[in-house]
Amino acid sequence: MIPLKRIIKSGFVNFRRNGVVSWAAVLVTTITLSVITALILLQAVLHFSLDQIKNKVDVTIYFNVKAPEDRILALKNSLVKLPEVAEVSYTTAEDALKDFRLRHQNDYPTIQALDEIKDNPLGGYLNVKAKEISQYETIANFLKSNNTLVSGSASIIDKVNYYQNKLVIDRLNSIISGAQKLGFLITLILVVISIIITFNTIRLTIFFSKEEIGIMRLVGASKMGIRGPFMIEGAIYGIVASLITMLLFWPVTAWLGRSMTGFLGINMRDYYYSNLVQIFAIILFSGILLGIISSVFAIRKYLNQ
Amino acid sequence: MIYFNNVTKVYNKDLVALDDVTLTVSPGEFVSVVGHSGAGKTTLVKMILAEDTPSSGTVFFESTNVHKLKSHDLTKLRRRIGVVFQDFKLLTNKTAYENIAFAMEAVGKSDQEIASDVPHVLELVDLGSRTYHFPHQMSGGEKQRLAIARAIINQPELIIADEPTGNLDPINTYEVVQILKKINDLGTTVILTTHNRGVIDSVGKRVITMEKGKIIRDDKEGKYVI
Repeated sequence: MIPLKRIIKSGFVNFRRNGVVSWAAVLVTTITLSVITALILLQAVLHFSLDQIKNKVDVTIYFNVKAPEDRILALKNSLVKLPEVAEVSYTTAEDALKDFRLRHQNDYPTIQALDEIKDNPLGGYLNVKAKEISQYETIANFLKSNNTLVSGSASIIDKVNYYQNKLVIDRLNSIISGAQKLGFLITLILVVISIIITFNTIRLTIFFSKEEIGIMRLVGASKMGIRGPFMIEGAIYGIVASLITMLLFWPVTAWLGRSMTGFLGINMRDYYYSNLVQIFAIILFSGILLGIISSVFAIRKYLNQ
Repeated sequence: MIYFNNVTKVYNKDLVALDDVTLTVSPGEFVSVVGHSGAGKTTLVKMILAEDTPSSGTVFFESTNVHKLKSHDLTKLRRRIGVVFQDFKLLTNKTAYENIAFAMEAVGKSDQEIASDVPHVLELVDLGSRTYHFPHQMSGGEKQRLAIARAIINQPELIIADEPTGNLDPINTYEVVQILKKINDLGTTVILTTHNRGVIDSVGKRVITMEKGKIIRDDKEGKYVI
């Protein structure tokens, strides 16, 4: 068994002595890790934007003016129990009137007409938010079946705006899932391309050591004794590159936060700072893994010669 | 110690590097293998190290068929053999000290053993002042002495020196041969390949002469005769 201390020390010494070659590998690994970090931030923007759109979608159930409140509340309770439902808010007929008045406070003819009627012409309504946009249809179907259950033959529901908004909701749903799939695909392609470039760079650095590996074999070094320092060197590329990447994104996200928050809808600087540990953990892990695996694969060819 | 039984090596169907070679090397012998370039000397030593496989025939190191060894066992075998090459084959990224330490690490020696043995062997080959120099900072003769120091550090049973004086001037050649003779006097078997007449004549021990892959002479106390 080769002492781990020797392997680690040897890896560090090789990294230092390989000079320009080591730094070239670090540079390429930094580019790969920067791509990964940029994609993490872009995903955050995409998710934030999609969440915003999702939040704008809801279904409102308008009740008849004379609908008894206990039935409305019973319907609300049964809706809350649905696994697809995220939130149900109830606006009473009185609150609906207050809102209406507030909205039309500068519209004198409407307010005057309302005063003429005396009775409240508006019914209460339930605002339902689903967990996923695709689930609104299930909720609408539930309302169709449950409607009769709750109120018997005389329906208390005046209308459900899902049917009016169905086309928009469906369209939004397909856009969102398409955007998510596309985002994932682009991420995957970019990550794979970066990994291939890094892998080839590390392979090139090990190619320079091809003869040395042969000599080590002739001297009687074990495979692990030869491979170990190269793995450590690969891990060092990953560690140094991830530190550089984190430092690079510091001013970049600060600038994005200062100048692009309106456009992106999310303050990049705040997002970066609050997720610093997770982002660093992801790129550090990716960098080390990439360095080690590339080294192992690259050296395998020469070890078996 | 080493047994070649009807070993033939053919490259690319028609290039015969070794042609039905049968040979025995006993423990403690100093064997010089001579011949022109392309006579098959290097192929012969590559067979012992299992760097190359024969087209037919077998090569034994003691009772072990070297070409039947698994990678792990081959590594163990190579630790019992010290090798010196014409082109030195030093680790360019390591200092003189580290080149020798690496060979010791390979056989699992402790840091203390390395710290005490390496300076000693460097002094032995007169490289005490070059301890922390890299190979590119050394002359040809110094590099070859370093390669010899690396080859002997683990007290191998066999030293293979493949054209060790090929790149050296007469004075360095003389020094290298003297070191190899001294190693042999201490009981280590030495196989030396060369086409340097002066080297062979100064050694005065067994000489195997090769031509076109065949052994054409095997003299107990031979001279360079081609």
